[in-house]
Amino acid sequence: MKPRHKRFVFIGLGLLALGVATVLVLNAFQSNLVFFFTPTQVASGEVPQGRSFRIGGMIEDGSLVRDSDGLTVHFIVTDTAKRVPVTYKGILPDLFKEGKGAVAQGQLGADGTFVASEVLAKHDENYMPPEAAEALAKAKASGAQESKSLIVPESKKDSL
Amino acid sequence: MIPEIGHFALILALCVAIVQGSLPIYGAAVGNSALMAVAKPAARAQFLLVLIAFCSLGYAFAEKDFSVLYVAATSNSQLPLHYRLAAIWGAHEGSLLLWTFILTLWMFAVTLFSKHLPETMRSRILGVMGLVSVGFLLFMLTVSNPFERLIPAAPDGRDLNPLLQDPGMVIHPPMLYMGYVGFSVAFAFAIAALLGGNLDAAWARWSRPWTTVAWCFLTVGIAMGSGWAYYELGWGGWWFWDPVENASFMPWLAGTALIHSLAVTDKRGGFKVWTVLLAIMAFSLSLLGTFLVRSGVLTSVHAFATDPKRGLFILMFLAVVIGGSLALYAWRAPRVGLGGSFSMVSREGMLLANNVLLIAAMGSVLLGTLYPLFLDALDLGKISVGPPYFDSVFAPLMAPAIFLMGVGPLAQWKKADLPDLARRLKWALGVSVVTALVLPFVMGKWTPLLSLGLLLAIWIVTTAVVTLRERLAHVTGDNFSDRMGAVSRSYWGMLLAHVGVAVFIVGVTMVKGFETESDVRMNVGETATIGGYTFRFDGTQDVVGPNYTAARGTFHVSRDGRDTTILYPEKRRYPVQNQVMTEAAIDPGLLRDLYVSLGEPLEDGAWSVRLYHKPFVDWIWGGCLIMALGGALAISDRRYRLARRKQEPAVAPSTRPARRKVA
Repeated sequence: MKPRHKRFVFIGLGLLALGVATVLVLNAFQSNLVFFFTPTQVASGEVPQGRSFRIGGMIEDGSLVRDSDGLTVHFIVTDTAKRVPVTYKGILPDLFKEGKGAVAQGQLGADGTFVASEVLAKHDENYMPPEAAEALAKAKASGAQESKSLIVPESKKDSL
Repeated sequence: MIPEIGHFALILALCVAIVQGSLPIYGAAVGNSALMAVAKPAARAQFLLVLIAFCSLGYAFAEKDFSVLYVAATSNSQLPLHYRLAAIWGAHEGSLLLWTFILTLWMFAVTLFSKHLPETMRSRILGVMGLVSVGFLLFMLTVSNPFERLIPAAPDGRDLNPLLQDPGMVIHPPMLYMGYVGFSVAFAFAIAALLGGNLDAAWARWSRPWTTVAWCFLTVGIAMGSGWAYYELGWGGWWFWDPVENASFMPWLAGTALIHSLAVTDKRGGFKVWTVLLAIMAFSLSLLGTFLVRSGVLTSVHAFATDPKRGLFILMFLAVVIGGSLALYAWRAPRVGLGGSFSMVSREGMLLANNVLLIAAMGSVLLGTLYPLFLDALDLGKISVGPPYFDSVFAPLMAPAIFLMGVGPLAQWKKADLPDLARRLKWALGVSVVTALVLPFVMGKWTPLLSLGLLLAIWIVTTAVVTLRERLAHVTGDNFSDRMGAVSRSYWGMLLAHVGVAVFIVGVTMVKGFETESDVRMNVGETATIGGYTFRFDGTQDVVGPNYTAARGTFHVSRDGRDTTILYPEKRRYPVQNQVMTEAAIDPGLLRDLYVSLGEPLEDGAWSVRLYHKPFVDWIWGGCLIMALGGALAISDRRYRLARRKQEPAVAPSTRPARRKVA
């Protein structure tokens, strides 16, 4: 082969590798997207079956129940319009509290209970995870129910 | 009074920055050396002014001046002094001041170590840095002033977030920013070269040490952030593919590519256009990182107050810097020239492949980080990209890059011979493959990923040994130690940094392959066994810290009946913000970490407890430190010092006009 041809082969191989890599990347990307749903959307059956997703909202006051093993917890996530029961086995994050915002990732069980594999509440008490705040705001906007005042981030306050 | 002095110093600094960003660049364009001479004193004056501002803020924190809004928002009278000082960069405004301060620090360093640079070059570099500084000072003075007063003064402050009250906080942000901002020097070099249209091997030689220093800081900064997350967040993870982590990782990937590309430009005069693009990319990603972390668009541990005005300003600034430099690039790059040609199988070819892989990895991280933001901004729904995406994309992209890492240093420049390379590397390959296959079985578990990880790590080390042996055979010297000394420090640095990567890979592979964790409920006196270690829970007692109260658990750890250690994890309550913090207890070791963190108190003194056994986890950070050490060794090389002392016009290797575009 002449150097010129060699170069074409190399460029061709390079492009092929790039194409394959792109396909693999996008494929991995597609299958790892985690969508976010509000309790209202969960209640209306918009959520995917057999696929992991996130829900967010407020943890209902007085809903936290702990099983006798000390690790399995049950609580209810609400956007003030609809309520979703959640089960989680493991240690809850420090900032997990009743009446505060939280986001959970997991799958919806057949009985309508959300089985969480992960609970995220890594924010301080003045702060609501944006997803959770949005879920509450949406429910409020749709006027489904009179809601309590929400905890939203005050400006000038740094929040973790 | 003192805060006003700081504020005024910032205003003066802005004026100086405007002068520094305009006159020297104009002077360089028209060849007026009086105008060019402004650059150096201006940069030094600016450094001094921002230093005054920085110290003023530090003074306000030290003196607990709660009439300053920022001080009141991020500290408290109970907070110990070192955390009060670290609170300077505890939130948005102060971290921008730190950013600017470090930028002027780098400027000052450039004025000190640039005697050998031609005057036009130096004034352009300082001018470009001055322009960057204008952007940041304007930002602070318009929408995020750290010296804003709070009238009437608060009786006490809101306190620093307990998560940030940690020695890691004192050192991690400055290190990271030294890295981020350090790429501004490489960026300024690149822009100066584009403006001047002269980009030769000498340019690369000047630019190299600066880039490497910034890269070292960034490496250490990221490693410290990761280590901090590991022990502070109480989840035992060391990397979460959190958008903020990604924001610091993307400039690192681009910077790593830049270092290698600069090596080619320096040694062979090749890759010129590509090098310039990488320099622009590395700094743009640093800016993007600042934007992502500091504008509040991200939900993460690091996201501070959301203020749309700020986000808008940073976004515009970003558009001006990135858009402007890319436009300049498009306009001037053709004048820079492409550099020498080379065969695909050559050291250049392999470095190019390594660069492409690093940038592809960077791109996939960028996609995973920005796509959710785009969707959100366009109101198309909220999504997040799970860590499995990054894991599954990253490993296949990095594995070939790491394979090439072993071959590259052995390949000749310009044209290498594949059969010859194979012959030289056959035993290294044999040893690696055999060890990688056998070792997991010896350790009692085999998975493909375990073998792959070990293969790559051993491959790096064995090829480094081969490389070193060949290098030693080529240098002259009477005895072994003479010959060791004759190998240049930059070469040692390269080998050391590569070995650091190997150490890092061992850490990741072993942790992923062998770590065990368990969340258990433990009564007082109960035991749990994990990874061969038995943990006995001896109950908790109340302790009082300077600004918190805590329940401290006692765990006796033993193995085969012999006591290993006693661990004291804590659950702290910080009353000022009424926040609870888990303080994990870790027994670190070369071969394993034992990690205990308290969950929640249950009835009768029992607790839910999280236990981890993490083999080789410290190798992850150790590897990063070794990489940074390698970088430091490389820049201590004689050639850079000689270049400075003798002002030698480095001879560019004769380069034929390239026929092929490499970038």
